Amino acid sequence: MLAQLLQFLFSGITVGATYALAALGFTLIYNASNVINFAQGEFIMLGGMLAVLFTQAGLPLPAALLLAVLVPAVVGVLIEKLAIEPVKGAETVTLIIITIGASLVIRGLVQVFLGKNTHSLPAFSGDTPIEILGATLMPQSLWVLGVTAVVVVVLWYFFNRTLTGKAMLATSFNRVAAELVGINTNGVLFMSFAMSAALGAMGGILITPITLTSYDVGIMLGLKGFVAAVLGGLGNGLGAVVGGLLVGVLEAMGAGYLSSAYKDAIPFALILFILFFMPRGLFGAKVTDRV
Amino acid sequence: MHKRAYTGLYIVIAVLAVLPFVLPNSFYVDLAIRMAINAIIVLGLNLLIGFAGQISLGHAGFLGIGAYASAVLPSHFGWNPVLAMLAGALATGALAALVARPIFKLKGNYLAMATLGLGIIINITVRNEAQWTGGPDGMPVPAFGLFGFELTSDKHWYWVVAALLTVSVWASLNLIDSPFGRALRALHGSEVASRVVGVDVVRYKVAIFVLSAVFASLMGSITAHYVGFVTPNLADFFHSIELVTMVVIGGMASVYGSLIGAVLLTALPQALATFEGWETVAFGAILMVCMIFLPKGLVPTLAAKFGKGD
Amino acid sequence: MALLDVTQLSIHFGGVKAVQEVSFSIDPGIVYSVIGPNGAGKTTLFNLITGVYKPTSGEIRLDGESIAGKSPDELARRGVARTFQNLQICMNMSAVENVMVGAHLRLDRNLIKAALRLPSITRRDAELRAEASELMRFVGLDQYLEARADSMPYGALKRLEIARALAMKPRVIFLDEPAAGLNPKETIEVDHLVRKVADSGITVVLVEHDMKMVMNLSDRILVLDYGKKLAEGTGEEIRRNPDVIAAYLGAHA
Repeated sequence: MLAQLLQFLFSGITVGATYALAALGFTLIYNASNVINFAQGEFIMLGGMLAVLFTQAGLPLPAALLLAVLVPAVVGVLIEKLAIEPVKGAETVTLIIITIGASLVIRGLVQVFLGKNTHSLPAFSGDTPIEILGATLMPQSLWVLGVTAVVVVVLWYFFNRTLTGKAMLATSFNRVAAELVGINTNGVLFMSFAMSAALGAMGGILITPITLTSYDVGIMLGLKGFVAAVLGGLGNGLGAVVGGLLVGVLEAMGAGYLSSAYKDAIPFALILFILFFMPRGLFGAKVTDRV
Repeated sequence: MHKRAYTGLYIVIAVLAVLPFVLPNSFYVDLAIRMAINAIIVLGLNLLIGFAGQISLGHAGFLGIGAYASAVLPSHFGWNPVLAMLAGALATGALAALVARPIFKLKGNYLAMATLGLGIIINITVRNEAQWTGGPDGMPVPAFGLFGFELTSDKHWYWVVAALLTVSVWASLNLIDSPFGRALRALHGSEVASRVVGVDVVRYKVAIFVLSAVFASLMGSITAHYVGFVTPNLADFFHSIELVTMVVIGGMASVYGSLIGAVLLTALPQALATFEGWETVAFGAILMVCMIFLPKGLVPTLAAKFGKGD
Repeated sequence: MALLDVTQLSIHFGGVKAVQEVSFSIDPGIVYSVIGPNGAGKTTLFNLITGVYKPTSGEIRLDGESIAGKSPDELARRGVARTFQNLQICMNMSAVENVMVGAHLRLDRNLIKAALRLPSITRRDAELRAEASELMRFVGLDQYLEARADSMPYGALKRLEIARALAMKPRVIFLDEPAAGLNPKETIEVDHLVRKVADSGITVVLVEHDMKMVMNLSDRILVLDYGKKLAEGTGEEIRRNPDVIAAYLGAHA
């Protein structure tokens, strides 16, 4: 009983950490620009696929992983420069379609150049499972959780203790005011796309040894990251992390105890439930329209 | 909205009347039918997105309910196709009405999330209930018959769909230029202003959402009967996005834009088929380029350029 | 009997007490002005009375019937109309359509009849279009009868809002700074327009910074300061009130 519960919990928080990284990516871009970046999932896919490509090409693991984070970051910046900046202030639905277009381009390019096969990556520290109270934990899960924890701490430090971070935060509260005090808000936009692509890619790399990857895994991972971000209250960083873990755990529990066939439906059923009863997500602020 | 808006309707009728006589072969007749079906769905969706200013990223789900009602009920339970179609529309309408109230208390990105979630749940259900739906492989749909007369040839289908499209364009034009339509456009233009003149905004959003969902469901049924086969792809997220893209590329809040958007995006995959393997890249790139350079969509941009109202 | 009775009305946003225990009453047929420094809570008061915000506490009665917390469309049904300090024009519609929307509640709003373009709908719409054009002339927008809203200058849009509110055939109209941002000539025109509206029998409640206009038009004046009622009375009484003088000359600051 307990072993089974623990097992579901382990796999839930592992996947949940990936969702959390994706949700943080959504949050960063949303705060900088009010754009929901539907290409976020593709960064996850890109991270995993590129890590596979570079390791197979014979690069040492650390170099391969670094490159697999940097390339998506550059792609993120390109999207921002070429597709988001030129249409600042467009309607929500226009922006949604632009980012979906970007996601199709990324997915299509990966499909053309890397093929449709499913790939795996060797676990970073072997495959010997760790036994805890009858449940097993893969060492790779510790990598996922560890890196996610480090990322959260670094981000917290960045936003609360560095000038650049504070500038990004200020922009998210009030873009015009931020510009008036001399913050380069385009720079902020640039930074947030780079960072959120890198976060997504990291998640994709870390989870690949556990869940495998292929050119089309990005959509679902991205959409679940979006669920996590909304669950935590769009724009709230801590909420995104909690939302990600919660989505992962509930998905694993639902798949284990209710129906594994409906595993992918669980996050969406959850978000509908939350939105209907708590329209601002778990940690979203109440807003009064000014007229 | 002037009388001029209706001149476009005559052009639509003329084109639809001439088309079957100039199309070289059945491949093009088939393409024309699918364009017309999409155009009808997009007309409904544009009322919601373009005119009322509300997003739906889950409309393919409603399409799927209609399509599968028309597939499952006659196949498994021997229902009359017309009854099955109506049952699908009714179920869609009921589901849309049930979720609409909480959904339309949400705005912008939250609304996008909720509709997206709804569509995905419908899609996953269709994929999983294989004993009824054939699962990911899909299932055949019996022919559509009414009073002993079976719709089988493409020409017959063409005239049926052309008639439906004509009526839909006419009804959309009527609706927009009516007290109901003005209230819809007003709540998009300024929600608070429309509220203080007495528009019950949630009620209008719900009404137009249910209407466009029922439109989608009916056309889902028609698609299923016409193609003779349904797969879950009809109801997937990507198809929802395709439909929204038709609205936006043709032009939000433009009736004729809906038609142009549907025609272009239905033809696009055919045109891109020559780019073997590169279809997805090309499709994505075209979406981006259109939205970056024509954010208002084709018809409104061109209309503004040539100084004509829509 | 008073048309509008407000007692002990308050609203708090978190810790901010935007309106605090304000009471006043408005007799039918008069021009009643609400003045006060920026941030005094004038627009918030309008938002409360017209149902855009729900009060934290207090009572609002229209003809003796409680309307506190009712939605804007319910208030519209009871003949309450308003304009906005920050323009709320539907830029996706033509000017005359904006005015026609004001008549929303007087029309047959049936979806199916509309989709079928039944003669009853089109006939009524044609009448309404004529009526809306007439209202646009009344507010001095003769030259914009065929215009799109997004092609009109600011001053004209201000008056378009008034025409839309009048299309409701309201009993009371709340005008939130109708002259803000207008040049002196336009301000005088709006002054005359408000007088014409009042003369047509509609009760006018006015928020305005232009003191000349306020003194010129108002039967009674309410002064708000920091969300509280500072004074109330005729123009002459307000002009002589030491608290008001102190507030306006910045004794508080």
